[in-house]
Amino acid sequence: MAWSFLLPAMLVFGFAYLFTGKDQVTFKVIVNGDTAALQKMAPAFYHVRYLRFIDHVDAKAGMAKLKHHKVDMVIDIAQRKYWINSSSKNGYILERILWSDKKTAPAGLTKSTVTGAQVRYVDWVTPGILATNMMFNCLFGVGYVVVRYRKNGVLKRLKATPVTAFEFLSAQIVSRLLLIVAITVLVYVGCDWVIGIQMEGSYALLLLIYAMGAVSLIALGLVMAARTTSEEFAGGILNLVSWPMMLLSGVWFSLEGSEPWVLAAAQLLPVTHIVDAARAVMNDGAGLTDIAYHLLALLAMSLVCVMLGARLFRWD
Amino acid sequence: MNILAIENLVKRFGSLTAVDGITFGVPEGCCFGLLGPNGAGKTTTVEIMENITMPTSGQVLFHGEPLQERFREQAGIQFQHTALQEFLSVKETLRLFSRLYRRSVDLDKLIEQCSLQSFLHQETHKISGGQKQRLLLAIALVNDPQVLFLDEPTTGLDPQSRHHFWQLIESIKARQKTIILTTHYMEEAAGLCDELVIMDCGKIIAAGSPDHLLKTHFDESIVSLPIQAAVRWDDELLERLNGIKQGNLVYFYSRDIPSTIAALNQQGVELKQLQVRARTLEDLFLQLTGKGLRH
Repeated sequence: MAWSFLLPAMLVFGFAYLFTGKDQVTFKVIVNGDTAALQKMAPAFYHVRYLRFIDHVDAKAGMAKLKHHKVDMVIDIAQRKYWINSSSKNGYILERILWSDKKTAPAGLTKSTVTGAQVRYVDWVTPGILATNMMFNCLFGVGYVVVRYRKNGVLKRLKATPVTAFEFLSAQIVSRLLLIVAITVLVYVGCDWVIGIQMEGSYALLLLIYAMGAVSLIALGLVMAARTTSEEFAGGILNLVSWPMMLLSGVWFSLEGSEPWVLAAAQLLPVTHIVDAARAVMNDGAGLTDIAYHLLALLAMSLVCVMLGARLFRWD
Repeated sequence: MNILAIENLVKRFGSLTAVDGITFGVPEGCCFGLLGPNGAGKTTTVEIMENITMPTSGQVLFHGEPLQERFREQAGIQFQHTALQEFLSVKETLRLFSRLYRRSVDLDKLIEQCSLQSFLHQETHKISGGQKQRLLLAIALVNDPQVLFLDEPTTGLDPQSRHHFWQLIESIKARQKTIILTTHYMEEAAGLCDELVIMDCGKIIAAGSPDHLLKTHFDESIVSLPIQAAVRWDDELLERLNGIKQGNLVYFYSRDIPSTIAALNQQGVELKQLQVRARTLEDLFLQLTGKGLRH
């Protein structure tokens, strides 16, 4: 019932909230400086519909977002400069809009493109695709199987042994972890061999991110399977959790400029941290200290889920 | 000396009282049977004894001490309904379970004892019902338990498999293991159990050895004849010889077989298909629990 009714309703209402109404946005522009000053400098551009102007103080962070296609243009009022990502079609269109009317075009505004290695969309989206694949493997490959074991009596047989719930869950995590990480590595290697994927950082760090991500997702799957005895219900619940997680974790599109509560909710999802950390390493060459926050978040989520799973777990 | 003592055991599920204040002891080294119709409370009682379900009140003592987590190291359990990891072989399954205990037996000896050699490398979902029951028994024995719980171990097996399984249990009995057996097969209980209790509606309605129970409740044997053995069955004869008609047979409950046979012969009853048998546990079971269907 959850899968058949709640999920489509949730998706329809969610997308309606996020993507319709007078605030629907197609292009995002970071303004370093005062947006009121931009309004004076380029009034016609400022009042174009479906543009969102975001006040930003940190120039370096703004450039990083432009490189990662999280925004489509950066304008610096003081320097009278604008930047676009030359590999972004949104940036190309936005520049055309900016200069579409020469009479009202901003005077003295000069163009720059993002320096350093630019991130193609495929480079940007690949970490998310790997994380999504991992998520489905972890949730369905582990959680669903535990429910089936409970239903057909495999768990009851284990209950009659000295094995504790914590030991059983830990064993599930370790055994599935090795398999899922191996699958992820193979997928990465295959994609890299065919299309070449940008990798600015350390492979060991990337492996650590996906390994910790797998642990957190397996533990989440085990929490959802802790008491469920119906495979149909388990399937519904797992879909109810996995689909919103896939859509709200920044896998396919940036949540930059979304409502604060949406951004806060995204931080509670393991996939968000996997994707952000992996992108930072692959696209920006981030080091361990740069992504430590995400690793700690994944670790905390894993511990909470393992403890909760062991506490709630029922053998039959 | 009782290895297990069950004291005032009660188990309620909401408004249903499944086990209603029962007390009994299981002597060490004996094969102890729990009999009863469906819904009598046997499985609930056994699961409490196995330390899988908690009682509402009362307790189970193992060697005089309340059951603790470490009881699972000392007990072996064969459930009636269970499943195993499908894609493990029989040998892999045995190895898995042996590693779940601090102490386990030599697997080669166990394999030989339970006759698993012929299908040792088959995946567990591909073995037959009889093979599966032998594997489940082997798993229950893998930790060399002091107490072995067998929940309807031969249900669904063909006669050959069932007899072979009984031989296995006899060999386990010979090693002085304590066995607790639940079964619906009265001949199984009569043949294997040293002591038993019969439960109904959550209470114990009879307890003792099979011989003792039969001697206590019955002092007659049964003589049976087909209805066609006489042209007409005289009501006076039936009443005098304590006989009743049931289906195609006539039964006489007799304390003096020769006299009964002589009386029938005198009436000209055809005795060619006469059968005499002693009362069995099944007779006792039906007498105590009735013949109505249980839901």
